[in-house]
Amino acid sequence: MANNSNENGNSVAPGSGLSERPGFIATKTLNYLRTLEAESIQIFREAAAEFARPVMLYSIGKDSSVMLRLAQKAFYPGKIPFPLLHIDTSYKFPEMIEFRDRYTREIGVELIVHKNQEALDAGANPFLLGTQKCCSLLKTKSLLDALTEGGFTAAFGGARRDEEKSRAKERVYSFRDSFGQWDPKNQRPELWNIFNSRINKGESIRVFPLSNWTEADIWFYIHLEKIPIVPLYFAKEHNVVIRDGSIVVVYDNSVILKGEKIQRMVCRMRSLGCVSCTGAIRSEADTVPKIIEEMISFRRSERENRVIDHDEEGSMEIKKREGYF
Amino acid sequence: MSVTANTEAWGGFESFIEQNLAKELLRFTTAGSVDDGKSTLIGRLLHDSKSVFEDQLAAVKKSRINRSTGAVDFSLLTDGLRAEREQGITIDVAYRYFETPRRKFIIADTPGHEQYTRNMATGASTANLAVILIDSTKGVLAQTRRHTYIASLLGIPNVLVAINKMDLVEYREEVFLRLQKDFDALAKQLAVPHVVAIPISALAGDNVVTRSAHMPWYHGPTFLEHLENVPLRVETMSDAVRFPVQYVIRPDASFRGFAGQVASGVIRPGDPVVSLPSGQKSRVRSIATFDGDAPEAFPPMSVTVTLEDEIDLSRGDMLVSPGHPPRVSRHFEAMVVWFNAEPGEPGRSYLLKHTSRAVRAKALKIRYRVNVNSLVQEPVEHLQMNDIAYVEFETVSPLFFDPYTQNRITGSFILIDPISNATLGAGMIRADLSDQTVIKDAAHKPVTATERYKRHGHYPALILVEGNPALASRLERALFDDHFSVLRVNSEDVPVGAMQSQLGLYQSLGLVVIYSCDAVAAKAKRRLSALAADRFFDLSTLGLPAEESDSIRKLLPLLNRLRAIADSTDQGQSE
Repeated sequence: MANNSNENGNSVAPGSGLSERPGFIATKTLNYLRTLEAESIQIFREAAAEFARPVMLYSIGKDSSVMLRLAQKAFYPGKIPFPLLHIDTSYKFPEMIEFRDRYTREIGVELIVHKNQEALDAGANPFLLGTQKCCSLLKTKSLLDALTEGGFTAAFGGARRDEEKSRAKERVYSFRDSFGQWDPKNQRPELWNIFNSRINKGESIRVFPLSNWTEADIWFYIHLEKIPIVPLYFAKEHNVVIRDGSIVVVYDNSVILKGEKIQRMVCRMRSLGCVSCTGAIRSEADTVPKIIEEMISFRRSERENRVIDHDEEGSMEIKKREGYF
Repeated sequence: MSVTANTEAWGGFESFIEQNLAKELLRFTTAGSVDDGKSTLIGRLLHDSKSVFEDQLAAVKKSRINRSTGAVDFSLLTDGLRAEREQGITIDVAYRYFETPRRKFIIADTPGHEQYTRNMATGASTANLAVILIDSTKGVLAQTRRHTYIASLLGIPNVLVAINKMDLVEYREEVFLRLQKDFDALAKQLAVPHVVAIPISALAGDNVVTRSAHMPWYHGPTFLEHLENVPLRVETMSDAVRFPVQYVIRPDASFRGFAGQVASGVIRPGDPVVSLPSGQKSRVRSIATFDGDAPEAFPPMSVTVTLEDEIDLSRGDMLVSPGHPPRVSRHFEAMVVWFNAEPGEPGRSYLLKHTSRAVRAKALKIRYRVNVNSLVQEPVEHLQMNDIAYVEFETVSPLFFDPYTQNRITGSFILIDPISNATLGAGMIRADLSDQTVIKDAAHKPVTATERYKRHGHYPALILVEGNPALASRLERALFDDHFSVLRVNSEDVPVGAMQSQLGLYQSLGLVVIYSCDAVAAKAKRRLSALAADRFFDLSTLGLPAEESDSIRKLLPLLNRLRAIADSTDQGQSE
């Protein structure tokens, strides 16, 4: 269907059999990326209209960047009618924090930063606690606390169903009980684009506007829309150590374990998390087109370099039941 | 990510991007019975089209579980939740994504067990194509009928019948032809418009992605070829504009935009539009988007429309083309799929969400249930979980709708339990039962008593509770929760004499008033009854049980007739 395309890729399907069914009329079609965009915007508007106090979970990653752009589009020329919430473990890459503060200021959106200060004061870190417990305290608990403190009834998240097997079953509106937990066996049926936003006090809904986007869609959209992203996604020479087979970028204050040697390497991040738990990949891709080229020749999923997903079989599902995004 | 080649094969990066963006999106649903190889088929499709990542495949290969006879259990690629992997079944609808150089695909992978009809309906609701799996060793089963029926009910225009496990019948053509014929008969009965049958073996990989060497007698497309080439049929029968307003955007006094997703038709600046329910007319001034004003908007675009005139328009309202208005009615019939263990009952009050509008609704009558195995219509009193039934509904305020067969967006709704908030069911509107199809220009007319009771959903009434303030209070709560506009008045505040003069006001407001008082003289009762236009309930005469909750249970159906009265006088006989 490449013929008759305009810049949106809208095309009138020639000879596609549309007239076969009596009474049905041929209409214009929107290309897949603009279709996904339109569906995400519909979700944003629906949730913003129906929930008393929504908030957008902002992780500073590429998916969050796309989500932020979609939210801008949904309420244009108005401002985004809800704040962003960043759960800061304090172990994020410094480049992420710099980007977060600059970009949110630039587009004029309210930003809430939340840390589990109690756990941090007690010295929580992945080396001491192991990644599972560390995540549970600094991400999951911190998130649930922030949602409760803010009285948020709905939280937009950038999760995509193609990321991981248990995500594939998540609804666009994912109901959480008063403990913030997900019950995969008792999800509300979700038909068409009609969403049920009714909740009782203490309950909440996680809303996933990017549910139907794939990693490729995210990158194509970033390219098409020229969306700013954290520079760590682009290849650059870094100081790294090799830890359990992962390439871990190190900074001046990073923990270096016994037997690890710091070396220089040209690499980039495929997804962003905490410094010590997010592996880099060897790559020379330093522009969005190069990243897209690299991605399509890759045969490995993007969360592969996230240590936390591989702790045990079904580990993401367990985290999600507890309230993790 | 099976874009397979590097970008040079596409003539450079920009050309690669352009060709990728021109791809269409096909959503399809897969339904199958236990053991007919659905998960294996999808796993095979993802694997053979190179849409599975190496690390995911490695995880499956090293998994402790292998329920297949082959080296790799492809079904593990799709069975997502722990319980499913352990039990070897699929318990919830799962979404899968893959692409080929021609198209992008979203699979709604739905379970085939009887108790999960709701998931099949969920997956089918947005699909352009349904894959129905038939086990060639078993033939057309009751489940096949059920799946096909649900596909047709949810309005999926294309059906691909995958006749699977051909390896187990020695790849014989006559088996395929016989099953194809059996299915065609079913499709004809259900008026499924476009059916294509393909003989495959998901386990062995025959005709899924690569053409089978075992079935030289078959000349049609492979499974994937058909997915890549099947026409994407439009989902609407009408070019009439339907634009449900989701959100009003007012950044400052100079801009008032109506945000929504176009459900049907094409909107252009200058076009005349009518706003529902007000009936006010205006013209489109602009179609505002983040990327600048758009020359037109069509489905499924999400845009913001500004109008030439300041008219009454907010969330839940709809902009439509003046020449082709939707039906406007409070009274209609719909096919309903019931999801909940709590049975659906006539007379119960529900929340109905239709486009961006939520209204109170009541199921008036269950006309029949469809036995999804035999496809026979059966009379029923209640809706049980997974029932599909033809139900007559009434809403408190009008819906603006089209029959589902003409518009999947303006013809569909969900039902929500006002207490538990569960999504109880989903409906596809067939027809409306009233003659209120004409938009009335009501902007300058005074509000009538009829309009008021339509708003409340019931007539005003007076309920007399003598010497039992606790019952009066509980009754008020029960009626309030059942969506009555109810007010409890105590005789300490308003003595009987004053009540006689104030009742007129309460009646004009359309309220159900509970008068909690000591014993009232017979003469005063007669006067109150007359003032309440005989919609007067004297609890002392009703022989209610002593227990308060029993009393309330007995009273509610009686008081619900305040709603039924409103309808029968207004609508006349509907049958």
